[in-house]
Amino acid sequence: MNALLVSAILGVLLMLSSVFIKNKSYIHTLALAGLAGLFMLNLAELNGWLLFEIDLKGMLRFDRYALVMNAIMLASLFFYLLLSGRAMEKVGPHYADYLALLFFICAGLFMVTGYASLLILFLGIEVISIPLYILTGSDKRNLKSNEAALKYFLLGSFSTGLLLLGIAFFYGARGNFSATVSVDPTVVGSSLQLASLLLLLFAMSFKVSVAPFHFWTPDVYDGAPTVFTSFMATIVKVALFAAFVRLFEDTFSLQFSIWQPWVAGFVVLTLLIGNLTAVFQQSVKRMLAYSSIAQAGFMLLAVYAINGDSKEGLLLYAASYSLATIGIFAVLSHLQDYTFDGFNGLAKKQPVVAASLAIFFLSLAGIPLTGGFLAKLFMIKAALAYQPWLAIVAVIMAVVSVFYYFRVIQAMYFRSADDQEMMPEFPKSFPILLLVTALLVVLLGIFPETLLGLLYF
Amino acid sequence: MVVLLLLLIPLIGACFLFLYKGDYRFASNAALRVSLASLLVMGARLFYWNTPEMLTFSVPWLTSLGSSFSLRMDGLGTMLSILTTASYFLLFWYLKDRSIERPATFFAWLLLAQVGMLGVFLAIDSLLFYFFWELALIPMYFLASQWGGVRRIPVTFKFFIYTFLGSVFMLIGILYLQSKTADHSFALESIKKIRLSSDQQSWLFWLFFIAFAIKLPVFPFHTWQPDTYEESPTPVTAILSAVMVKMGILGLLRWLLPLFPIASYMWGDVVMSMAVVGIVYASFLAMQQTDLKRLVAYSSIAHIGLMTAGAFALNNMAYQGLQLQLFTHGINILGMWILADLIERKMGTRKIDSLGGIAQQSPTLTIFFVIIALANIALPLTNAFVGEFLLFNGILATPSNYYWVFAGVGGLGIIFSAVYTLKMIRAIFYGEVNAITQKPIVLESHECWVLSVIVGLILFFGIYPQPLLDMTADFSKELFSLTDITSLFRKS
Repeated sequence: MNALLVSAILGVLLMLSSVFIKNKSYIHTLALAGLAGLFMLNLAELNGWLLFEIDLKGMLRFDRYALVMNAIMLASLFFYLLLSGRAMEKVGPHYADYLALLFFICAGLFMVTGYASLLILFLGIEVISIPLYILTGSDKRNLKSNEAALKYFLLGSFSTGLLLLGIAFFYGARGNFSATVSVDPTVVGSSLQLASLLLLLFAMSFKVSVAPFHFWTPDVYDGAPTVFTSFMATIVKVALFAAFVRLFEDTFSLQFSIWQPWVAGFVVLTLLIGNLTAVFQQSVKRMLAYSSIAQAGFMLLAVYAINGDSKEGLLLYAASYSLATIGIFAVLSHLQDYTFDGFNGLAKKQPVVAASLAIFFLSLAGIPLTGGFLAKLFMIKAALAYQPWLAIVAVIMAVVSVFYYFRVIQAMYFRSADDQEMMPEFPKSFPILLLVTALLVVLLGIFPETLLGLLYF
Repeated sequence: MVVLLLLLIPLIGACFLFLYKGDYRFASNAALRVSLASLLVMGARLFYWNTPEMLTFSVPWLTSLGSSFSLRMDGLGTMLSILTTASYFLLFWYLKDRSIERPATFFAWLLLAQVGMLGVFLAIDSLLFYFFWELALIPMYFLASQWGGVRRIPVTFKFFIYTFLGSVFMLIGILYLQSKTADHSFALESIKKIRLSSDQQSWLFWLFFIAFAIKLPVFPFHTWQPDTYEESPTPVTAILSAVMVKMGILGLLRWLLPLFPIASYMWGDVVMSMAVVGIVYASFLAMQQTDLKRLVAYSSIAHIGLMTAGAFALNNMAYQGLQLQLFTHGINILGMWILADLIERKMGTRKIDSLGGIAQQSPTLTIFFVIIALANIALPLTNAFVGEFLLFNGILATPSNYYWVFAGVGGLGIIFSAVYTLKMIRAIFYGEVNAITQKPIVLESHECWVLSVIVGLILFFGIYPQPLLDMTADFSKELFSLTDITSLFRKS
């Protein structure tokens, strides 16, 4: 609750700050300080210390899981601003506004991780979506950015429509919006309840870009300014996954046998489509868009197998996937050439950046000693409790993912640059910050207990 | 504690070399000292530090998953640790006086691979085993891709994909076993206590076997190997074939056979058929090769085929022979690769056709080459003879009905290996001296020393293999008690 309120206030402050503060680096520092404050407030709440005493009337419920998820998102966002904050200046003149929008989205993120009523879920998703439409189209002179924004807006509104219809049916079946289990037999078996279950499943699948509802993702991620793609593909996605898990763990837990086969089908489709399409991409940015679909397939296993392993796995997944992808996008936003050849010879010119990138890609591919490996391990272990073949599909697709992730490693380390002029220049502190992010990913792979321990004490 | 030291020494060495970019002389000296330190620790373990406390190490790690960082050095682990430390020392000694691009990184990757391989040899926690299994792969991938030949990028990528694909299947098997243990742990001891039906054993067997078969490699999973061996820089190839393929054999002996004995018996005929087909197939291909490195690569597949067949003989004699062969094959093939590298470096080519008559110009090299090559075909009085003899004896005593087929076809492999090895010796060392082989090969003193040590090991253990056999006796006995088919069927 602390972070939710303060982030909305910070958003307003940042919006006004451009009037008073002309120096962009001050605004950047202000945003970072704000984030650090949010992180501390969130930790304080984990320890039971609340800034305000508000009667939430059962609309919001910040349990430990939601708070740990929020902490992960805030930490990721902090690294995101550190690494990509400067690149955001290049998008357009409204630097402070972009940051303000990020903080508003933050408020939405906390709503979707902590909702206890479907109304709040709807509200949270809208609070996230509307600023994202703006950010996607923020590169106004770029036709692709405009196209992406329009596409995102139209399809996003459509899926929000589905969501709303689902919530309406839900109200019809139960007479309230409360996201809890209903044991009333007339509710559990009712066709209204079933319709709302499917509509909500489809709408949430759309929001987290799970196949067959993924069609918007590649174009939107490719068209949006790289810095904002990074944000959308990581922090927003994992928050929505947390909401997804919450919805099916609590609200629809009794209809388990109905939705589990659907989710299993979606997992297989998503893994196949995401991975196989990513292999054939020529642009690293588009490859990452498909890779984010593929990774969503793995995260969807957490929804499929709702158990202790999968919930812990989702936390690890959120942290390692977000950090790694944010790092990769941060480097990408400094490159002129988005094809795989743009990375040629990077290891010679920028050894630290290349080594960090290699760690990120190894983590995404799920190689041991990185957070990505343990995250995948938890997911596969969770799935294995129900269906061995699903786990086998998942690991085969993890092998396929090596094909596209390692293309970048091969370009960086084993090929040499044809044109030295094209080599990117990075700000001075950038390689060190990137290395710190990479080390965090490695630490997650060696000592995951420090993160998971937050859940229990 | 010894086990921890063995992992820490190369790890610290690797970190140091990654950070410190020295010239070749500095880097190779540092690496040589690190490998000497490992070898000395290993020597101390053999003679002084052999209490159980020194040979095991266990700390909790990933407790929420049920895994712990547990290492233990048994007979098999000792044998392979000696092989690893000795191979590294000999190789680094041989590499003392060379020039390799970015030397510090090169040696750092090699040392990191040593950490991975030793970890695989010593881990008794299945998740830890998997960790090290992958950790050994990554440095090899980078080494072969950065310092290799022209086709290195696609070839080593194939190697990586193959091995990774195999290992993820094993991961599923490991996770399944963990879910079946009573205390939800990955420890080998807990897994051994699970009672699995023969159906469960069967599919778990294949999940594990594919990973090991690709690593070994066994026919038909071998297609990555000749290309990778040819395209990798020769020192890397030497480590790959002398030490890394032993990971596969270790997997069979420590994990596959004791955990799934009934499935090992049921599928034993299939695996042994694959192995002996591989022996004949690789031998025929070896006869056709014109490239020295490819020839040695195929001969290695043939040897590994025999070792795999021996593992599935499921008796004490074969286990003893196999473990002896782990060491001798490693030392012999290391010698072969060093010689191949010497010839390529000094002559500028490794095409067998364009060489000839080296014996007239450089008799010393010829003597070394002939002894090591004869050891490679397991002539009596060389170390490989003892191992192969025991392996054949074991295969003849296998519970399978087709033991005579396997022993017969495997025996053909020995004859073939004599054919291609002697043909190679004749083509390279005898015949007309040509423009390339005119100038004599002068061996540096350290190269002479390395080869002498290898020849010394070949002859010593050819005459007196008993110390090595004693070392693994307990492990073989324990393994046999777990995989003894007659008693297993009596029990069930």
